[in-house]
Amino acid sequence: MWQYEKKLQYPVNIKTPNAKLAKVIVSQLGGPDGELAASLRYLNQRYAMPYAQVKGLLTDIGTEELAHVEMISAILYQLTKDLSIEEIKASGFDTYFVDHTTGIYPVAASGAPFTAAYFQSKGDILTDLTENMAAEQKARTTYDNILRLADDPDVRDPIRFLREREIVHFQRFGEALRIAQDNLDSKNFYACNPAFDKNCGRRR
Amino acid sequence: MNERKMLLNKIKKYDFALKELVLFLDTHTECRSALAMFKKYKELRSSAVEEYSRKFGPLTPEQNNDMRHWSWTDDPWPWERR
Repeated sequence: MWQYEKKLQYPVNIKTPNAKLAKVIVSQLGGPDGELAASLRYLNQRYAMPYAQVKGLLTDIGTEELAHVEMISAILYQLTKDLSIEEIKASGFDTYFVDHTTGIYPVAASGAPFTAAYFQSKGDILTDLTENMAAEQKARTTYDNILRLADDPDVRDPIRFLREREIVHFQRFGEALRIAQDNLDSKNFYACNPAFDKNCGRRR
Repeated sequence: MNERKMLLNKIKKYDFALKELVLFLDTHTECRSALAMFKKYKELRSSAVEEYSRKFGPLTPEQNNDMRHWSWTDDPWPWERR
């Protein structure tokens, strides 16, 4: 189960609305390498994981990603609050506005709605952990690109925090992959899938 | 910065340290120094949260102590500019 805490993981206090920035940052909510896909990826993958430490890691990182969904949503909410219709027209935010007004809805910056096709849960732990490491790097690249597009220090500060978390998660998933391999046959990690095949594991 | 915000930021700092330690301990379950740091920040967080909920309202519904008013739903909510 989960419990909500009435606070953000890291402060978001944006003084100046900016619809143009909201239009690109929304990708980290509902885009291909966004926080929603990240959370659902790890929380769904947990059930196929045979190793206790990695079950814990998938649970804890999947939960942290939910806090990141909330931070991105707070950034979008504050960037689009009190916008005039003139600003909405001039910024190109009108294509989002027509469908969602200034409500928060998970789409990619291109406008494509969120889809579960953005992540995998393959039921094979080496495949899943390798996907997760790539996913953290892809999200880090997206944050790097957002930092190239955003000048406002109030926006850059929480985005930089989120970017750093991708690097920490990448590191932890690398360790998780090592833990998984330590439980497998070192002569051939791919000989069997411990999430499916019986008696699959290290030769004793 | 007002007292409420300062105290909340203090809790966020302790939570950040704890979150980092949780992920680290997930893959380093026998690390004594990380376990000791976890204990330290857990205690710091617990007294800061106790002070916050007493002065400024609950961070989780069960921290509601007011017998005349359900303060859990009071504004501001975390995503709001302040």
